[in-house]
Amino acid sequence: MIEIENVTKIYGEGKSAFRALDDVSVTIKDNEFFTLLGPSGCGKTTLLRTIAGFVDPSSGSIRLGGKDILQSPPYKRPVNTVFQNYALFPHMTVAQNIAFGLEMLGKPKREVKATVEEMLELVRMTPMADRQTGQISGGQQQRVALARALAPRPQVLLLDEPLSALDFKLRKDMQLELKRLQTETGITFVFVTHDQEEALTMSDRIAVMNAGKIRQIGGARDIYDQPAERFVADFIGDTNFLDVEVLEITGDAARVRLAGGAETTARGAAEAGTGMGAATLATRPEHARLVPAGQGVMEGLLSQVVYFGTDTHYHVTLADGAAFTLRQQNTPDMAHAFTQGDRVGIHLAPGVGQLLKD
Amino acid sequence: MSDLSAARRATERRNRWLLLSPALLILIFAAAGPLLIVVVYSFLTPGDYGGVKPDFSWNAWFSVVMERDFFTEELTFADAHLSIFWRSLKLSLMTTVAAFVFGFPTAYFIATRPKRSRDAWMLLIMIPFWTNLLIRTFAIMELIRAEGTVNTLLLWLGIIDAPIQMLFTEFSIMLGMVYVYLPLMVLPIYASMERFDFSLVEAGYDLYATRWKVLSKVIFPLVKPGVIAGSILVFVPCLGAYVTPRVLGGGKNLMLGNLIELQFGQGRNWPLGAALSLTLLAIVMVALLFYVRAAGQDGEKSHG
Amino acid sequence: MAKPFDIRKQTGFTPLAILCFVLLYLPIILLVVYSFNAGSSIALWEGFSLRWYASAWENEAVQAATIRSVVIASAASALATTAAVLAALATTRVKPWRGQGAVFALINQPLMVPEIVTAVSLLIFFAMIKVQTGYTGLWYLILAHAAFCIPFAYMPIRARLQGMDLTLEQAASDLYATPWQTFRRITLPQLFPGILAGAMLAFVISLDDVVITEFVKSAGQDTLPTYMLGQLRRNITPEVNAISTALLAASIILVVAFFFLSRTRK
Repeated sequence: MIEIENVTKIYGEGKSAFRALDDVSVTIKDNEFFTLLGPSGCGKTTLLRTIAGFVDPSSGSIRLGGKDILQSPPYKRPVNTVFQNYALFPHMTVAQNIAFGLEMLGKPKREVKATVEEMLELVRMTPMADRQTGQISGGQQQRVALARALAPRPQVLLLDEPLSALDFKLRKDMQLELKRLQTETGITFVFVTHDQEEALTMSDRIAVMNAGKIRQIGGARDIYDQPAERFVADFIGDTNFLDVEVLEITGDAARVRLAGGAETTARGAAEAGTGMGAATLATRPEHARLVPAGQGVMEGLLSQVVYFGTDTHYHVTLADGAAFTLRQQNTPDMAHAFTQGDRVGIHLAPGVGQLLKD
Repeated sequence: MSDLSAARRATERRNRWLLLSPALLILIFAAAGPLLIVVVYSFLTPGDYGGVKPDFSWNAWFSVVMERDFFTEELTFADAHLSIFWRSLKLSLMTTVAAFVFGFPTAYFIATRPKRSRDAWMLLIMIPFWTNLLIRTFAIMELIRAEGTVNTLLLWLGIIDAPIQMLFTEFSIMLGMVYVYLPLMVLPIYASMERFDFSLVEAGYDLYATRWKVLSKVIFPLVKPGVIAGSILVFVPCLGAYVTPRVLGGGKNLMLGNLIELQFGQGRNWPLGAALSLTLLAIVMVALLFYVRAAGQDGEKSHG
Repeated sequence: MAKPFDIRKQTGFTPLAILCFVLLYLPIILLVVYSFNAGSSIALWEGFSLRWYASAWENEAVQAATIRSVVIASAASALATTAAVLAALATTRVKPWRGQGAVFALINQPLMVPEIVTAVSLLIFFAMIKVQTGYTGLWYLILAHAAFCIPFAYMPIRARLQGMDLTLEQAASDLYATPWQTFRRITLPQLFPGILAGAMLAFVISLDDVVITEFVKSAGQDTLPTYMLGQLRRNITPEVNAISTALLAASIILVVAFFFLSRTRK
């Protein structure tokens, strides 16, 4: 278990001071695939490097298995890192790279050899054992980096955007591979990425970060379906934001009036802590439905239709000028074929929208 | 800041100075320290057989440019010194210009070769530079002396009847210095040309510029920092040249370096030698300062 | 068909450049050619012979000067390279620190100050020490050479260090290597081509030095270049060419090796 408490990291001094981490607290459980997700510069890599020991926090504490690790240099912490550029030692072979950590720990030769073979097996690199690291492909380098970091059996494996240098197809394969390795080894993975899809498909839990703070922690479904605030809703997936007026609150549900005058119900009133009056309603494009004019809760002009194969995106300009995007699955028997320039209606099922704090 | 970082930084600082100490000790002992002693010596009185007497005197600095007539005690400018200063400056400047005339097209030529062969061409420029300066000066001497290759060839062709006196002239010194320092001109010009984007030349031609206009209005302004650097790199060692004028000037056409050496040899006037050395150093520093300012301005321009 | 317009062409540049290369090599080539002359002229060719190499080889003064040159260059480049490696480790890839400017000025001083000025200052300083201690051995020359070799050794080592991937050392540290193990197993092997390049450059610079050696040497301490400078007053025979050619060959081999070493990436 990693317990991170009130960790703050300030770079620079005085006016130019920059808070890379701002009072971050989070507990990462054992055997968990935990992802730090956020835009570049949000502090996710700084947090990872703080756990690894390459960054000294300005204040706060980090405990691993109950023991404070901040006083230990990186080489005394039972955590290993998979670096973004892999950082494979260019003057060593694949096997020598994997053996490095074990040798440094002073393991007996026989054990080192056995573990290296086991690791090569695990990442399916056995035939490449004696290659120089410059002679293997990017995907293979990635596997070696993983094997090297896993070989010493760390309590925690830290992964710093390890898939960002791979092409699309390879990235998909490696996502599954990583998930498999995590399940097989039972090691806690802390994974840093700016790619929301990567985060959603692999993680047990995700921490969404922005401006040095953790904005929301939860499972993939929680984060996508119930974003806690506007930043999260905006960063993960596509979202339509509507200005609404809250009329009545009952528990988590609220009755709201849309700009066009129609009323609907929304959730998230309790969590967002909105009162009566003006608020923001978030709706996913695939949760709304395009209907003939006059049949929906909103009216607008269909300004653009973009065909994507599996689905079609409809861009609607609402009566008050706001833009609204819908995404609809394409089916062989398209009942309504809307075309650009049509007046259309938008249907929102009761309760699909979520109220947000800004 | 946490105590941890403070302690770590103290260790870092200690380690840094520890690692630096061997280099600093050698440099202080055999470079910086001796230079300070030169300053002290320039204010002392010459000893009878070389060396100094520990008596304070402005005389050395005074005689860098002035001299007192032995009989009449009349003050005049030290013509002998001034003419050597003047020759050093003149020859250094002419060498720089000549090196530019040859060096610029050469750098351009290399920069416009295919990427793979550029390094090889540069190696061809650098090999002579890293070989012994004395040997290269010898090579020039053997070429131009009275019974040397050039004269022998010209005599054999019947173009001349008697050997031309080329050695031991100002021309031979200049020729030698151009030959010896030319790579120092090519190197920085090439470095800035290599980064030069030739699509700018296309743009120039597209906008009706002639070849000459493209060269003078597009290429030259953008590689100017390299030209300035090259000129300084040639000019500075020329000013302090010692071997080339000694071998090719034949003891007649002295330059500053030889004048300085003379004070420690036959002249037996160490304080004057020290003062002349510091004067040379001052001129070099002014040239370097000029370079730093010019480079700095160019840097600002390219950002703004 | 019309000739395509070559945007890179500038009239007269290519001939000038070719001329430049020819002039750069012609004197050296002639020097080398006449070292094989059977006659004693350096302008009239009288047939091929190795007699001047033989005569240089048997010349005791040349032998002594050669040994002295190699001893000084070896000792000075070893000293300079060691000092330069340590200095490069201390000054590369670190945040700006107090005293940085002064240290860089000191390291680069031998490049900025004209050689004749350095030579004069060493002459004065070492003359004082010689009077005080009575020691007149080779160490003056070795230390003087080491000092002006330091910037030449420092540059390629620093360049190599700067080009090195910092995360490699972090990765080692992450994999339980102590700082010393990291240096031994990761930094040093990576740095090695730079160190070798620096050492070779320092060796060449020391081997070729004339001015500083001429001023610092005590009586009977001629190196090969100062011996050759001394021969100037005599009638020049191809023996000087033979010595030059040998020295030239040594320098060129080292410089070309340096070139390829400093080009190897990772």
